[in-house]
Amino acid sequence: MTELLIKNACVFDPLNGIRGDIMDIAIRDGRIVDSVRDGSEVIDASGFLTLPGGIDSHSHVCGTKVNFGRYMSPEDMRAGRTARRGKMHVTSGYYVPTTYGNSYRYSTMGYTTVLEGAMAPLEARHTHEEFNATPHQDMLANTLFDGNWSIMEAVHAKDVKRAAAIVAWTLSSVRGFAIKLTNPGGTEAWGWGEDLTSIRDPVPNFNVTPAEIISTMISANELLHLPHSVHLHCNNLGKPGNYATTLETFGLVPDLNNNRQTLYATHVQFHAYGGSTWRDICSKADEITKSVNARPQIVMDMGQIMFGRTMTMTADGPMEFNLYCLHHNKWSNHDVELETGSGIIPVLYSKKSLVNCVMWAIGLELALLTKNPYQCLLATDNPNGAPFVKYPEIIGLLMSKRYRDEECSTLNNGFEQRTSISSLDREMDWNEIAIITRAGQARALGLAAEGKGHLAPGAEADLAIYPIRCDDVDPATEYRNVVEGFQKTRFTIKRGRVVARDGDVIVEGANATFWVNPTVPDEHNVANDPEFVKKFEEYYTVRMGNYPVQDVYLPRGRCIKTEADL
Amino acid sequence: MLIKDVVCPFCGCLCDDLDVEVENGRIIRGDNACTLGSKTMVGDDRLKAPIRRDGKRWTETTYDAAIEEAAQILLDADRPLLYGWSSTHGEAQTLGIHLAELIGGVVDNTSTVCHGPSILAIQEVGHPGCTLGQVKNRADLIIYWGCNPIDAHPRHMSRYTTYATGFFVKDAHRDRKVIVVDTRRNESADVATEFVQVEPGGDYAVLSALRAIVRGRGDVVPPSVSGVSREQLFRVAEMCKNAKFGAIFFGLGLTMTAGKNKNVRNAIELTDELNRHTKFIISPMRGHGNVYGTNEVFTWITGYPYAVDFSRGIAFYNPGETTAVDILRRGECDACLVVASDPAAHFPKACVEHLARIPVVQIDPHPNATTHICRLQIPGSVAGIDAAGTAYRMDGVPIRLKAVIETGVPNDTEILQKLYNRVREGKGE
Repeated sequence: MTELLIKNACVFDPLNGIRGDIMDIAIRDGRIVDSVRDGSEVIDASGFLTLPGGIDSHSHVCGTKVNFGRYMSPEDMRAGRTARRGKMHVTSGYYVPTTYGNSYRYSTMGYTTVLEGAMAPLEARHTHEEFNATPHQDMLANTLFDGNWSIMEAVHAKDVKRAAAIVAWTLSSVRGFAIKLTNPGGTEAWGWGEDLTSIRDPVPNFNVTPAEIISTMISANELLHLPHSVHLHCNNLGKPGNYATTLETFGLVPDLNNNRQTLYATHVQFHAYGGSTWRDICSKADEITKSVNARPQIVMDMGQIMFGRTMTMTADGPMEFNLYCLHHNKWSNHDVELETGSGIIPVLYSKKSLVNCVMWAIGLELALLTKNPYQCLLATDNPNGAPFVKYPEIIGLLMSKRYRDEECSTLNNGFEQRTSISSLDREMDWNEIAIITRAGQARALGLAAEGKGHLAPGAEADLAIYPIRCDDVDPATEYRNVVEGFQKTRFTIKRGRVVARDGDVIVEGANATFWVNPTVPDEHNVANDPEFVKKFEEYYTVRMGNYPVQDVYLPRGRCIKTEADL
Repeated sequence: MLIKDVVCPFCGCLCDDLDVEVENGRIIRGDNACTLGSKTMVGDDRLKAPIRRDGKRWTETTYDAAIEEAAQILLDADRPLLYGWSSTHGEAQTLGIHLAELIGGVVDNTSTVCHGPSILAIQEVGHPGCTLGQVKNRADLIIYWGCNPIDAHPRHMSRYTTYATGFFVKDAHRDRKVIVVDTRRNESADVATEFVQVEPGGDYAVLSALRAIVRGRGDVVPPSVSGVSREQLFRVAEMCKNAKFGAIFFGLGLTMTAGKNKNVRNAIELTDELNRHTKFIISPMRGHGNVYGTNEVFTWITGYPYAVDFSRGIAFYNPGETTAVDILRRGECDACLVVASDPAAHFPKACVEHLARIPVVQIDPHPNATTHICRLQIPGSVAGIDAAGTAYRMDGVPIRLKAVIETGVPNDTEILQKLYNRVREGKGE
């Protein structure tokens, strides 16, 4: 039995209604408890800001395309090198760091759980291998279904139960956590070098529309009682005028779940553009947030961009090709048979670019115009909008109007007429920051019940203690202290163990991987369906028996079982 | 006993549909395998125990004693090289990289003498690719450039390309065209719709001519380019533009001939250009079963696919300087650990001569050319035969290699873990 007592912590725990109380937190065997014995190890938090461990609900850190981003970028590897030291391995890279680089940097920023935003089922084993080399965060994998042939056939047959059965088999086979749709239907069209331009366009050869795929998968998700909702990267990412597609998509979403949203719309900044060309692009964050404010069934994340170099990587293959035609930078593409696509190109977000300035403003507008902070979470679609090490700056921008004004004064003239950022006075408080960086994520992912994102007795003892005294700092004016404070925890505690201290990771990691296993009745088990098996063997290039990810790839797997209503 | 869906570990195709017959702890048959795969699975002739050079003779030794001696060799080295890795599983590769990190060594893999130039090209211009199932289900045009799949990847054509029936390609013979580009007429050319014979060293120019035609600047193309007629170049360009889905596969004929990485870059940029007209992908034909896995594992741990030098503490990468061939040719390296490859058979003479002068430890189940120059050889089990583990197919699809027989021989991961622990102790950690 190991016990730890954290004394004098200034705690914000939004899910339990705690707002800045000075209190002690008792930990036994990796979980929060009411009290521990005298003589337990004590950490004095000295009145510092103490939050549940940070959760990133959409980040690209592990798997085929992330690793290809590294593979093709020796120029980035040179940008972030550290030597082996203590318990820390060598790290390389700034915007696509090595797995240990990601893990150490997240950990020293107080992040203890990360959801990988896109895993192709066929290549799931790769994602899980990298999860094991990202040892300081519990990991979860969004699983791609956007171009899944069997799913599109079920959608065409208007057979929701069939779609649910395919999802159940796939998620349990590849140890995935949630349904991800990236440019639904568009990634299949990209198999022929084409794309879709609206949610009513038919997918070539399959005669279904993105709208039908999205609606069917939302229903299937709820039939399976998955912890998370459908996680959607909308169609038409990054195109001027795409806000109309986004609004139309939001209009499809019923309110089906009392505990969480019915749709998680990711990196919405990239989907909130007005105008018709790059010349007249403008912000439609007001329209998007008006829709979200009226729809509690939708949660989004910002998809904030920050200025500087980074790498775009997504399952949205056609979008990356368009970007390549714009930038003429190096371009990689990797379509995955029967399932999905992906693309990668490096980008530079520049303050001299009017378009980039508008994009920067839109992300902040989304967060500031969304009334309920649980509905707009902080993320950059790491590394697409910016590497996650920029999160502290985003926190600073959201907490300080002055900081935003100072930034705006350095940007391209003219962007202010295209956005409303300068007119927004809202400044977030500590509680709201705790919501948009952990409590909101825990609720949206359905992980609060697993003990994530809060600090009630029974919760997992994942905590971040930041060297910030909330009473002494005025974030509106002293935003630099806020940014610096969020960059390095005093202590990061993972399952009751101090894992990082003052910017150094001090132990070997022992993360867990969360995955779901929906139980379906035998008659709905597609593995017993001769038609499904036959198609699998004919069109995949691996045998069905070699497809599932073996237990050995999840040495600390945490299976969430659900009962499907089929 | 018949075991189904066994993965052949030999080449980058990683065919996973073998039916293997096991009798009395030996594999007696591997159905569905090609000749190379069959030989890998059935004709497995191995060292029975670790051996060490004792003057002019070999003496058998124990695993523990061999690991102890290997650890001492690495601990005594100033500039150790840890080379190979492409025929073992990812778990062993991971340990090898961490061992290099621990001792400040150089770690490199067989890409250095095969598709290293492809990696350099990809680092310049990217890589439009896909999994092999995309090709099987969609491609109506296949181009094999500087490679001979019939000899080197015998089932590539039947599983993924020329003869494979796919969802949108119901009649492979009728629906699919094949172009072979090479300096000589090879067996693969015999099944091609179009054979393009390029003068040796002429690939770069031919690729440039095709790019010009595809871009609408065919007017600059002379009557003949490196032995290929203008008419044929135009015909090939038209075939490419008119394809619904085209796929270029290339081999060492592009990477290891004059132009090297620039050839590959030109081929990738031709692919980029063709994507403005239709769908096109390009993919290297990777040789060793798990060479692509080596690149993957190297990359997520160090940031670089090969040629990583830890002597400065950080991971440092500079192909041409930190590549195994260059380190050996300069005579820099003073001890070498070879794992799951055979540099003495494939490296330039000067490199092998240097290897013969320094202590070399080989972890490999088979006697090979490197055996003749090593001081110590430790046989591990074979990934895919008596060891399980992860391998990555040439297109990046990760597949679990199965252990189909039990031999009691320690696997490479176990050997390397012991070696790592011993070296760590020796360094006082």
